[in-house]
Amino acid sequence: MTDQTTRAPQTVARAARAKRANEEPYLEVSDLHVQFPTADGLVRAVQGLSYSLPLGRTLAIVGESGSGKSVSSMAVLGLHDAKTARISGSIKVGGREITGLSERALESYRGVDAAMIFQDPQSSLHPYFTVGDQIMEAYRTHRRVSKRAAKARAVEMLDRVGIPNPRRRVDNYPHEFSGGMRQRAMIAMALVNDPKLLIADEPTTALDVTVQAQILDLITDLQRDFGSAVVFITHDLGVVAEIADDILVMYAGSAIEQGPVEKVLGTPLHPYSWGLLESVPALTGEPAPLHPIPGTPPSLLAVPSGCAFHPRCEFRDRVPQDRCRTLKPDLLARTADPGHTSRCHLHEPDQVFQTDISPRLP
Amino acid sequence: MLLYILKRIVSAISVVIVTLVASFALFFLAPTDPAGVICGPRCTPTRLADIEQSLNLDEPPLEQIGSYMKGLVVGRDFTSGGVTQHCDAPCMGYSYTLGQPVTKLLKQAFPVTLSIVLGGAVVYLSVGILAGTIAAQRRGTTLDKVTVGTTLVVNSFPYFVLALLVALYATFLPQTGYHSFLDNPLLWASGLVAAWLTLGLANAAAYTRYSRASMIESLGQDFVRTARSKGVPHRRVVYRHGLRAALTPVATIFGIDLAFQLTNAIFTESIFGLPGLGMLTLRAFAQYDLPTLLGSVFVGSVALVLMNLLVDIAYTFLDPRVRLG
Ligand SMILES: Nc1ncnc2c1ncn2[C@@H]1O[C@H](COP(=O)(O)OP(=O)(O)OP(=O)(O)O)[C@@H](O)[C@H]1O
Ligand code: SF4
Ligand SMILES: [Mg+2]
Repeated sequence: MTDQTTRAPQTVARAARAKRANEEPYLEVSDLHVQFPTADGLVRAVQGLSYSLPLGRTLAIVGESGSGKSVSSMAVLGLHDAKTARISGSIKVGGREITGLSERALESYRGVDAAMIFQDPQSSLHPYFTVGDQIMEAYRTHRRVSKRAAKARAVEMLDRVGIPNPRRRVDNYPHEFSGGMRQRAMIAMALVNDPKLLIADEPTTALDVTVQAQILDLITDLQRDFGSAVVFITHDLGVVAEIADDILVMYAGSAIEQGPVEKVLGTPLHPYSWGLLESVPALTGEPAPLHPIPGTPPSLLAVPSGCAFHPRCEFRDRVPQDRCRTLKPDLLARTADPGHTSRCHLHEPDQVFQTDISPRLP
Repeated sequence: MLLYILKRIVSAISVVIVTLVASFALFFLAPTDPAGVICGPRCTPTRLADIEQSLNLDEPPLEQIGSYMKGLVVGRDFTSGGVTQHCDAPCMGYSYTLGQPVTKLLKQAFPVTLSIVLGGAVVYLSVGILAGTIAAQRRGTTLDKVTVGTTLVVNSFPYFVLALLVALYATFLPQTGYHSFLDNPLLWASGLVAAWLTLGLANAAAYTRYSRASMIESLGQDFVRTARSKGVPHRRVVYRHGLRAALTPVATIFGIDLAFQLTNAIFTESIFGLPGLGMLTLRAFAQYDLPTLLGSVFVGSVALVLMNLLVDIAYTFLDPRVRLG
């Protein structure tokens, strides 16, 4: 996405952040289930998701459409309607349990400890209120400050996210902003109360390629300055390589592979991750043939038995006794590296990757 | 913006003129004999001619339209039996049957209708928007289903049946009748309460459904999720973020409804005995009172184009994305 010159300082920053990685996790999700009872049956959108994230680190969540990335992240902010969603498991933010909090308690948590930015900044900003008004509202919801002070803060935040002429722009309506500026404004709004956790749900998908790169740089910058924990949801493995420390690959509501970014992208262990890598068009060099993953994502109303990926997996015959169809694999370390886990029965998956997949990659 | 409004006013005026000319032509093509009606059964030819002349019915139609328009703008003179009477602008002639200037009749009737329609609007807007908002928030619950069911039942009654029911059963309401607001506001209100309730309840059903649908849509919007993710309290999310966006389409419907109600308050007026525009028009229609009919057409078309213009202007205040021009 970005060119070499911007990549270098980020690698340095990542190394610096990695040093603090031993710290206690700020966000800790354990065995999270989110289900929606619907007329067609129970939609099992998230099934036993666990991960943790310390301050100063970025976790990328990747996976096909419908794999539960947004649903699980909205649960972290307590955004699901208790009447339509069934949530179990535990979500701890800064040591505090979030699941089961009252709506009132959630209101004082949202935006203060954790904030979120969304895919489409156009529809995510209210068209009838000025940008400044919306940032001020986020600030004044949690602080007893005068309008004047809140406006000064809004101007300061707009300036911080790189909006030129913020004193004038603060009074603009969202439709007077360009797409990239709207997403900057969303970021300003999310960060106005200095949250320690920022969840970005495909924040660049709706933007032009050049603007995408700027927004990514902005998020990495802000993270370095504020030392916050960032959950970054994306489809784009290029973006992951750019900004993430760790990756979590989701499939049908579960994590199927997890680990540090260089490991997961360097030697991925799960056939679904291999499929993702193969379906990425090469960024440089000759155009390589694109291998989309065969088949379609499973219905969350009736998730396949055993390994949820087995109907689409070309390696299931290498696992003896039809276990792929009957036994759900656990998320375990499959190689010598304990920090890199995968949910697949395949024996020595790193070897399989080297011999079968690596040569096919561009 | 100012230039736009000016342009719109010019086009509004031309719409009104076209409507007037068209109605004029239609009335003249119709086989009516107003002079004969006025003259009565014991009519003599000289008296008939005199009446025709006093009503300018002896002029060719085009000239009649011309003098009518002139009367509207600068006023005109009428001569009857050697006596000349000046009719001030905006002059719409004299009622054939009541002998009074049409302008005066309209001036008396208009406030009655306006009072009914505006008072009714207060009732149905507040009831409808509140009920719609609450139902939308509790979408799918028993309360929501009961609300929607009630609106369907209410709407399935013809309007005049509802009005009759109120007139027959709501006898605890104060005596109806029109009293000037300026003379005695309390009496004004008490004489109109029954009409307000009828118009209000009948329309509240529709407005409940408009607001509910609009509110459901707006509560599902991304910006509502954004507001919640900021920690904005629930009530404020619903009323400031959701309702604010939901009201714009409702306001559009309201503007058009208001214009139609001004010209269609006939059931409400006749059942509750309120001498408004509807009653005036109905009487004029039964008696071939062309000047009065034409006057009602004039008021109706002005109300329509004016409301259209107001809705468009209101839109620029409701939705900052809308630019007139
Ligand atoms: N309120 C709901 N009721 C029923 N099903 C829902 C609800 N919200 C989400 N889902 C379902 O949950 C599944 C997971 O959705 P989610 O939005 O998390 O996917 P995602 O991984 O974010 O996909 P994308 O990349 O398209 O954003 C989808 O199949 C979706 O249809
Ligand atoms: S468990 Fe079996 S089906 Fe599932 S990914 Fe591994 S090899 Fe494929
Ligand atoms: Mg999503």
